[in-house]
Amino acid sequence: MKRFEYVQAPSVQDAIDMMNSTVSEALLKKATSSAYVVKAGGTDLLDLIKEGLVEPARLIDLSRIPGLDKLSYDSKAGLQFGPLVTIAGLENSEEVKKHYRALYESATHAATPQLRNMATMGGNLMQRPRCWYFRSSAHKCRKKGGFTCYAQIGENQFHGIFNTNICPCVHPSSLATALLAYDGKVELTGPEGRRVAPLAEFFLSSEENVSQETVAGSKEIITNIMLPPVDANTRAAYLKAGQRESYDWSMADVAVVLKMDGNKCRDARIVFGAASSVPLRREGAEAVLKGKVVTEKVAMEAAKKALEGATPLKHNGYKVKLFENLTKRAIMDAVG
Amino acid sequence: MANPDKNKALNTKKLKMPFGVPGHNLTEIEREVPADEPSALPVNEKLSVVGKRVKRVDALQKVTGAAKYTADIQLPGMLYGKFLRSPYPHARIKSLDVSAARKHPGVFAVIVQGKEGEQKDQYDGKELPRLRFAGQAIAAVAAESMNIAREALGLIKVEYEPLPFVVNLDEARKPGAPLVYEEVIEDRGSAGDVGVTAADEQKGNLRGPTTSSFFGGPRGDVEKGFAEADVILEKEYRTQVQTHCCLETHGAVADWRPDMLTVYSSNQSTRDTRNDLVELFGLPTSKVRVVTEFMGGGFGSKFGAGETGVAATWLSKLSGRPVKLMLEREEEQISAGNRPNSHQILKVGAKKDGTLTAVDLLSYGTAGVGLGAGVGRVAQDMYVCPNFKMAQYDVFTHAGPGQAFRAPGNVQGAFAMESLIDELAEKLDMDPLALRDKIDANDIRRIQRKAGAEKFGWKRRKAGADTGPVKRGIGVAQATWPRFVEMDSSVMVRINRSGSVEALSGVQDIGTGTKTIIAQVVAEELGLKAEDITIKIGDTNYPDALGSGGSKTAENITPPARNATYQAKLKMLQGVAAAWQVDVEDIELKNGEVFVKADPSKKMTFAEAAKRMPTSQVIATASRTADYGGFLSGSWLGHGRLGAVQFAEVSVDTETGFIKVERVVAVHTCGRPINPMQLESQINGGVIMGVGYALLEDRVIDPNTGHQVNTGLDTYKLPYAKEIPQIECVLIENYDAHSSTDVAGIGEPANIATAAAIANAVYNAIGVRIYELPITPQKVLAALGHI
Repeated sequence: MKRFEYVQAPSVQDAIDMMNSTVSEALLKKATSSAYVVKAGGTDLLDLIKEGLVEPARLIDLSRIPGLDKLSYDSKAGLQFGPLVTIAGLENSEEVKKHYRALYESATHAATPQLRNMATMGGNLMQRPRCWYFRSSAHKCRKKGGFTCYAQIGENQFHGIFNTNICPCVHPSSLATALLAYDGKVELTGPEGRRVAPLAEFFLSSEENVSQETVAGSKEIITNIMLPPVDANTRAAYLKAGQRESYDWSMADVAVVLKMDGNKCRDARIVFGAASSVPLRREGAEAVLKGKVVTEKVAMEAAKKALEGATPLKHNGYKVKLFENLTKRAIMDAVG
Repeated sequence: MANPDKNKALNTKKLKMPFGVPGHNLTEIEREVPADEPSALPVNEKLSVVGKRVKRVDALQKVTGAAKYTADIQLPGMLYGKFLRSPYPHARIKSLDVSAARKHPGVFAVIVQGKEGEQKDQYDGKELPRLRFAGQAIAAVAAESMNIAREALGLIKVEYEPLPFVVNLDEARKPGAPLVYEEVIEDRGSAGDVGVTAADEQKGNLRGPTTSSFFGGPRGDVEKGFAEADVILEKEYRTQVQTHCCLETHGAVADWRPDMLTVYSSNQSTRDTRNDLVELFGLPTSKVRVVTEFMGGGFGSKFGAGETGVAATWLSKLSGRPVKLMLEREEEQISAGNRPNSHQILKVGAKKDGTLTAVDLLSYGTAGVGLGAGVGRVAQDMYVCPNFKMAQYDVFTHAGPGQAFRAPGNVQGAFAMESLIDELAEKLDMDPLALRDKIDANDIRRIQRKAGAEKFGWKRRKAGADTGPVKRGIGVAQATWPRFVEMDSSVMVRINRSGSVEALSGVQDIGTGTKTIIAQVVAEELGLKAEDITIKIGDTNYPDALGSGGSKTAENITPPARNATYQAKLKMLQGVAAAWQVDVEDIELKNGEVFVKADPSKKMTFAEAAKRMPTSQVIATASRTADYGGFLSGSWLGHGRLGAVQFAEVSVDTETGFIKVERVVAVHTCGRPINPMQLESQINGGVIMGVGYALLEDRVIDPNTGHQVNTGLDTYKLPYAKEIPQIECVLIENYDAHSSTDVAGIGEPANIATAAAIANAVYNAIGVRIYELPITPQKVLAALGHI
C-alpha cells in the first residue's frame, strides 16, 4: 500500500472541490499517483488499495458530512436516502421493510452484518466488480486498460451470461438489483450542480464503458437515492443464490416488483443481478406477465422469456437454469 | 526400524488396567509397566478432573485478546520482512540485481533464496533455481516498515524467461506436457504418507506407481478375487485441491543475537523448528530457542522452520535486528501448502452377501511442485479384503507445493471408498450399515455404527423419494486413521513449597486445548483442580516434546505429564510419609487434601503438605519412554486404528442446486476422553472443515496464466455461520491399556468421513451420484440434467 493523504470533507461542496477522480479513473492513472478520490465506508476502496489496484494520493472522507445519512419515506414522495445510509440502515428501517420488500430482502442477504454496518449505499452503487481477474494485480485485463479479457477464456463460472463480448464481469451490487426493480434514481452533485439519473442510465455496461461502471464524473458524488412510492397493490420479491448462504457474492439474484389489479398483473419489473455488467431488466419477461393472472405456468413462461438471448460462457451454463428457476420462484413468491 | 528394546523398561511392575468399552465389553488386563510409573487410572466415571468438561485454562486470554500470537510479537528495533515472488508459473531467471533494493533507505538486509549467505548484488540466472510456480519466493528484504519493504521489492530487477507451464492434473499427464522437473526428484512425499518414493519411476510429470504404504503392500490375488465376485463396481472419483486457510498465516519473528537465536514462530513443533535452525545455521542446540505459546491453526502445514522462519532468521542475522516475516493472505493461499487433489479409479468385487473379494485402486494426485499425493490407505485398510492392490502416482504441476493436511490421503481416499461402498450396498440391496457390519472387522466401528444409528434415527428411504423441489437425504461414512506413537516426549512438573504447581513442556498447542488436558492430568494426580495448575508450553527452553500433528499430541503428551507428576508427588510426600510413618504409596490426594488411605484421620491440605518439602521446589521430568504391552509396532505406529462413523442429513434444492447440510451425527472414539468439551470442539472443527471440502472449497488456478485466482477468503470459500450444520457428537470411551493415561487422538478422524457422508446423503436426496468434490450447485444442476 502506497502512502496517501487523508482528509475529512466538511461539506459536499468541499468534497467536490477537492476530488479529481472517480475510483475507476484513479485505477487507470495509477502510475501517476495524483488521484484524489472520495471514500465513504471504505469497504471496497480500502480493499482495492490493499490489493494494489488503486494508489490514490489523497482520500477524501465523506463520512462526516452532515445530512447525507438521512432516510425518509412519504407515501406520496416515496423513499429517499442519503449516500451515507448504510446497508444496515436500510435493513433496520421499518419503512423499507414494510413498503420495499425486495430492497429489504436484498439488504439482509448482502455481505455480512459487520460489513453491512460499514458499507454505505453510495459506496455500494459505486463499488467495482468482483471479477477475480479484475481483482488480481497479476492480470491486466480490459477493465484495467489491458487488451485481454482473461475471464472469457478462463475461469468464468461466476461471470455474466448476457452481453459478455467485451467484459463478462457482473455488477457486484445485489442491492442495485432491487433498486432498479423499484425504478430508483440517483442524484449526483458536481461543480455544475445537481443532476438526477434513473438507475438504468446511471450504470454503464461494459460495452458502453469497460473501465467505469457508472456515469459519475471525476468531480461528482452521489447525494441522494430515490425510489418512487409503492401502492397497496404492489407485490415484490427478491431471491439470491450463492454457493454459501452466509457472506457470499451472488451467483444469481432476481428482484421482481409487480403492480397487481386483483389477481391480474398490471405492470411488472424484473431485474437480474450477477447476470451482466449492469443490473439487467428483463422487459420480455415483464411483458409476459402484464395483463395476466399470474399462475405457476405463466411465471415459468416469463422466466423462460427472461433468459432469451443469454450467451453463457464455458463454465457458467448452469446460470441459465438457475436464473430461470429463481425468476419463476421470485414471481410466485411476489404474488404468493 | 528402532531397536525394540529401547522401549522396554528395566524395572517393571504389573498393573491391572481397564480394558474395553464401558457398557459393551469392559474388563481388566494386566500390563507390565515401568516401576516408576503411577498406578492404573480407573475409568473416567471414577475420576474427578480427567474426563470432565473442564473449561480451557487459557480461554480468558484468548477471548480477551491477551493471548499473544506470533503476529502480535513486537520487539524493540524490529524490522519487517517480505518476499519477492515469481510472477510466472514457470520461468528461468536470466538475471537478478538487488543492488538498488539494498541501497534503499530503511532497508537493512536483502537475501536471495538459496543464496542467503552470499550477499552478492547481481546474479546470473544460471546460478539461480528455476521458478516452478506463480508465487514462488525469489528474494526477501527486511526494512523499517512494511511499506519500505514493499518499495524495496519493487527495486529488485529481475529478467525472466517465461517457460511453458502446466497447472492441471489431466494436462500434466499428457505426453509432451511441459515438464516441471527434468531431473529425478528424490524427496519423499511431505503429505504424511510414505506415498510415492524416490525409488519409484519418474516419467514426464508422473512419478510412481507406488504399490505399498506403511501398512504394507498388495495382498492376495486381485484377479482371482474379481473372478469370484458376484458384483463388480468400478468408478472414478475426483477431489479438488484444498488449501489450509490457517487463520494465522505462516510466519516468524527471528531475533539473532550473539549469544542466542530466539525465533517466535507460528508452527506445530517447537522441537522440529529448532532442529531445522540448528542444522541450517550450524548452531548448538542450546543456543536456539523457539517460542510458540499460541498459534492460529496449522492443520499439518506448519512443521519445522519453513520458508518464513528460515528467511526471517537470515534477515535477522544479516541486519542485527529482530525481523518479523508473516505471510499475507494471498501468499498463504498460494505458497503455504494444500491438500493434493486426486483422480481415483476404484474397483471392488463382492459376493451377494457383501463379502468383499477384491479391491483395486489406481490413483493420481498433484501436490504441485511438491510430493505426497497418495490416497490409498483407506482402500487398503478400512475393509481388510484378502485381495488388494493399488498403484499411486504423484503428478507434478506448476503449482504451489502440497503439505500434510488433516488426515493426508485419507480424506480423499474415504470419499472414494465410502461412496463406492454406498453404491455397492444399493446394488446388493443391503442397508449401508448392514453391509458395513458384514465387511468391517473393526469392533469399535461396529459399536459406533449402532450408537450413531440410534442417535441419528437412521432409516434411509429410497433415493430421490421427495416430491417437491427441495429433497432431503441421509448418508453415512466411516473413517480410519493410524495411531502414531512418539515415545520421545517429555514434561517437567514443579511443585513449589507455596503449594503452586506448574507443568512445563516444549509441546505447543495447535489450538486444540493441549494446555488444558495437561492441567487436567496433573490435577487429577495431585487431587487438585485444573485451574490450580500453571501450564508453560510452546518453548524449547522447556523439555523437548512432540509436535502437534498426526492426531498424536494428547496420546503422547499426557503420559509424560502424568508420570512426571507422579514422580514429583512422591518426592513431595516423603517428609509427610515419614512423619505419618507410612509409605508414600499409602497416601492419597483428593479434593485438595492429602491423607492416608487406610487412616483418613491422618490428613492435611495439599498446601500444608507442600510446606513440608525439604527444598523450595520438587522437580521431576518424565518421558513416554516405555511401551505398555507391546502396543507399539515398529518405532512409531501403534497397533489398532482410530475409527469414526459420521451420519449426515442434507437438503438439496433441485432448482438451484443449493445443498444445505442440516445435521451431522459424529461418533468418535479416542481412547480415554480427557475433556469431552474440547473433544466436541475438535469434532465440530473437523466436521465444518469436511463441509467446506464437500461443498465449497476449491483452489482455482487460471489455466492460461497459471495464477491462482481465488486467493482471498471471499472467493476461496470456507463454511461460515449458516453453512454449519447441527453437529451432535457421540463419544465412546475405549480403554486399551497402552499408556499411563490411555488417551488417543481426535483431530484427523474428525475430518475424514464428513465429505463422504455428505456425498452419500446428496445421492440419497436426489437419486443421482456426484463423483467429484466439491459438490457445487453447478454440479448438482448438471447431474440433474439441467445443463
